[in-house]
Amino acid sequence: MATCCSKKTETVVRSGGARRVAALVGNPNVGKSVLFNALTGAYVTVSNYPGTSVEVTRGSALIQGEEWQVVDTPGMYSIHTITEEERVAREILLNEAPDVVLHVLDARNLERMLAMTIQLIEAELPVVLVVNIMDEAERIGLKIDLELLRKRLGIPVIGAATARKRGLEEIRKAVAEYRRESASSQRFNYSRLLENDIGVVAGLMRGEYVLSRRALALLLLQQDEEIIELVRGNEGDGYGAINEKVREIAFQRRESFHLDLSLERKEIVRKLIQDVFSAPEKRVVTWAERFSNLSIKPMTGIPLLCIVLYFGLYKFVGSFGAGTLVDLLETKGFKEHFNPWITGVVQQLIPWQIIQELFVGEYGIITLGIRYAVGIILPIVATFFIFFSFLEDTGYFPRLALLVDRVFKRFGLSGRAVIPMVLGFGCDTMATMVTRTLETVRERVIATLLLALAIPCSAQIGVILALLSKEPGALAVWAFSLVLLFIVVGLLAAKILPGEPPMFYMELPPMRLPQLGNVITKTYTRMQWYFLEILPLFVLASVLLWLGKVTGFFVKMIDAMTPLMASIGLPKEAAVAFIFGFFRRDYGAAGLYDLQTKGLLNARQLTVAAVTLTLFIPCVAQFLIMKKERGWKVAGAIGVFVSLVAFGSGYVLNEFLMVSGVLS
Amino acid sequence: MKLSEKAEEILEALWINVEEEGRAFLDPEKFSIPLDDPAYAELAANAMVEVRQGMVYFRPEGRNEGRMTIRRHRLAERLMMDVLNIRGEAGDYKACQFEHLLNEGVDTKVCTMLNHPSTCPHGKPIPPGDCCTEARALGDLGVVPLTEFKSGQEGEIAYIQTDDSKKMQKLMAMGVLPGNRIVLVQASPSHIFRVGFSEFAIDTNLAKEIFVRK
Repeated sequence: MATCCSKKTETVVRSGGARRVAALVGNPNVGKSVLFNALTGAYVTVSNYPGTSVEVTRGSALIQGEEWQVVDTPGMYSIHTITEEERVAREILLNEAPDVVLHVLDARNLERMLAMTIQLIEAELPVVLVVNIMDEAERIGLKIDLELLRKRLGIPVIGAATARKRGLEEIRKAVAEYRRESASSQRFNYSRLLENDIGVVAGLMRGEYVLSRRALALLLLQQDEEIIELVRGNEGDGYGAINEKVREIAFQRRESFHLDLSLERKEIVRKLIQDVFSAPEKRVVTWAERFSNLSIKPMTGIPLLCIVLYFGLYKFVGSFGAGTLVDLLETKGFKEHFNPWITGVVQQLIPWQIIQELFVGEYGIITLGIRYAVGIILPIVATFFIFFSFLEDTGYFPRLALLVDRVFKRFGLSGRAVIPMVLGFGCDTMATMVTRTLETVRERVIATLLLALAIPCSAQIGVILALLSKEPGALAVWAFSLVLLFIVVGLLAAKILPGEPPMFYMELPPMRLPQLGNVITKTYTRMQWYFLEILPLFVLASVLLWLGKVTGFFVKMIDAMTPLMASIGLPKEAAVAFIFGFFRRDYGAAGLYDLQTKGLLNARQLTVAAVTLTLFIPCVAQFLIMKKERGWKVAGAIGVFVSLVAFGSGYVLNEFLMVSGVLS
Repeated sequence: MKLSEKAEEILEALWINVEEEGRAFLDPEKFSIPLDDPAYAELAANAMVEVRQGMVYFRPEGRNEGRMTIRRHRLAERLMMDVLNIRGEAGDYKACQFEHLLNEGVDTKVCTMLNHPSTCPHGKPIPPGDCCTEARALGDLGVVPLTEFKSGQEGEIAYIQTDDSKKMQKLMAMGVLPGNRIVLVQASPSHIFRVGFSEFAIDTNLAKEIFVRK
């Protein structure tokens, strides 16, 4: 089996020097990332795979004195790929020809997931099998004979519980000691008919490939487009004959090729795990399962959701993050100590007043930009990300998704969209990026629109809550307006945008108590991204505002916006908040905060301003991401639409509040 | 004994006239097959019908045969529409040709495969055969979409029926393969099922495409 591919490592040009590469592959939710974090240090790079929007994490690891590059590939169910994530995972196997492929699977689902191990071995990849989550499997009484499995598969098999640090040493050892010659000599035979088809197609191939011809032949028969392209490119003139043969067989077996193949693999796996895997007669119901059952029944799930939101968002992010921490950092830290001190320092160092103002003036880079970013935004966003990462690791989101699927379908979204929506309450920009996990373009556009319009981000909510807290009525009107617009725009978008209604399917990973270390790593990575993204913007905003002030452009713009402000019943000073708001919505809201403290706004004006600003153009960063993810046309259209709806709603709300006398 | 196609069509028309429309007889003048057609003689010779004063009446054996003929016709219509997805006039026409093949136990097999349907695509009743009565007596649900299962009910996956091959592959990757055991954990607000030790949530549209037997 290993004969036809002995030269393949030389034929592949490796990126990133001579370091050896280990790739982690496997289904989603099997603990790949935990293993990745355990193998590598804290310094990892997350980057988009070239030409795609899928993120790939890489890091380096010192394994038995040798340096390795470890790649964490996106989750894949099969080597025959369907989603973009799966395609990227396979591209990594194809293009980077890893020295070791660690296939991580969930011990509890050994039978289902071994089907992919078979495929990897069949492709003659250097596979090491990690049977993960052994602890949970033992807890529910499963018995797995790893030694027997190793013999039958002919590859290294390691039992592990990476979340409990179990099996890590064995994995390192297996990686370091892996030799290609020790590759599996095992061959898994299909039915005579299928073997014949594979033989015919594989026999026509002449090129050199990373994957075995046998695996390629099967992928060709499954009409895998990328593989067709690959073979077409490699075979040159010989491709015609292969194509003809593949077509002929594919046509003969058109009725059920995929199904037949799956069933044959299932049969192979069934024989493999005979006497390897045994489950207890009675299903063991764990506490996690009981809790899971509560979370997915509407009767108990909805109250549970309210509890999660109350304690997680309101208490932890709202009161603790936006209250206590902001108070500590912004009021005590910056306003009382840091700002006066740095102002003194700068005034001593720089004699020109204009330049002084650039750093420490009203709109100074340090006194305004850094203060907003570190004093207000940092604590709110950090607490939100801790909350979100914690919830993510418990496995709660898929359960929330199925709970809301029916409601979301009315907005043209599937339940899956609940994850970007919740994340949007933390950072709309990051959430817009996450919309790429949705299946159809239509869903992505609707989700992007709703995020841009009606989901306020945590920083913004924090400031708005502080702003409106003295007027409970105003807060109610604000919240009601947002919910109403979310529903109306969602319903309309689902009606107007062409396309199929989305389908919903999701694996429900077992619920578990998150590991503190993983939550911290996730929060840290998100914070890092967030800061690199926003800090330059805050500095840029400060510079532009300073320029505007120095040149007098600022005053002209405020004058220009006065009629617009007047039409929604606001004083002309409010224009400042909207100009701020163009950079970041929370920046704008913070501007309103200043106006309110000066006593320039009454309750009605405050509410109208808050609603308009919340709906108004997302921050520059979000707009740029929208452009990147959805293209100029869609992003531009959403931008114009959102602006119109924002000011339109402000106008209507103002008229309504004046006529009805609510809030006065 | 096997009747000619024309004779079967006469029986059907007579059965509809008598059993569903409450008349006593079939008037050949209002029917596409004129009285001088040898098919009438064939039916009379087999003691299925008798012809008096130009009108066609059932004899007891004929009534039962008519019932089974109409059953085969409507089963054929169901088969065309539900399984072969041939609809409208083309479906009706094909069903007319197909029904004549559904004898000697083939009707029972088709009926079981279609899970003992009680009406034809036009909403008319399909007279139950022995297989239907038996299935009802046993309480055998046969093969049903996953949406028909109750929470907690366990069964075996029979087949997946979808036009979309991506969807099919997605389902298969989730372990939805014919022959696997499946438990419906919960039916609302979404369908949650368990295969092996994994749980999955899917919407009603996908659940409709997974066919299971108890």
